Amino acid sequence: MISAIAAMSLRNLVHCVLCLAVTFAGIALVFLQLGAEFIGFAQILVYIGAVSILILFALLMTRGGNELTLRQWNPGHWLTGTLVGLGVFSLMAVGIYKSTVRQASLPSATSDTLHSLGDSLLNQFVLPLEVMALLLTVALIGAALLASPDKNQANQSNTRTNTSGDS
Amino acid sequence: MNMESITPYLILSAGLFCTGLMGILLRRNIIIMLTGVELMLNSANINFVAFWRFNPEISGVSGLSMVVFAMAIAAAEAAVGLALVISIYRHYRTTNPEKLEDLKG
Repeated sequence: MISAIAAMSLRNLVHCVLCLAVTFAGIALVFLQLGAEFIGFAQILVYIGAVSILILFALLMTRGGNELTLRQWNPGHWLTGTLVGLGVFSLMAVGIYKSTVRQASLPSATSDTLHSLGDSLLNQFVLPLEVMALLLTVALIGAALLASPDKNQANQSNTRTNTSGDS
Repeated sequence: MNMESITPYLILSAGLFCTGLMGILLRRNIIIMLTGVELMLNSANINFVAFWRFNPEISGVSGLSMVVFAMAIAAAEAAVGLALVISIYRHYRTTNPEKLEDLKG
């Protein structure tokens, strides 16, 4: 699973997104193993079904003639980034191994998770749920507005953008 | 790996987080940086679910509710971010963030 995650450093960008989908599937399996069935299946639907495909579409739409310029690597920059990443990881690992949550034992399996989850979503968290629905609506409208072509350009270059978008 | 303990989940989550962080720091493409953000959000979700599962108080589902909300926010973020990327690409014909230097002082 970690190997699929580490494949984020692949050269080919499409391979990167496909490895990302594999990683999301692995995370969904982790959720299922932890006993969170609803979260696991929502992960499969939302991430593998929607987000990966969305990223893949955006990637294919923005493939210009500048593919070769992505190859430039700055060694000092690369070294600094790797050091920061490994430093953060070692800090987290030391924190995990020193903390007392490691002694937490696995309780017996819960039975009625889905029912109580829906119950708490509609009683305890009803206001965040409404805010979430509003946020999703605003995000959808905003995304459609941002990605739509400009009005003054649309009249004269509508066919051109269509053909360039298809290619 | 001993799956009766919470430690492998936390280590996996930390590894995923740092992979996303290094992806953001190292790659020179906005879309790959967005996938790094998605990885980091997912690692936070793994932490939420793991701590929910290992909670001795069995009746609470607050962790799962948090994960649901985080997932919805991540989906909204991905949609808006990719729309921004497409809009930027229309203007500048590039997805390399180092080429976007109009606001550079």
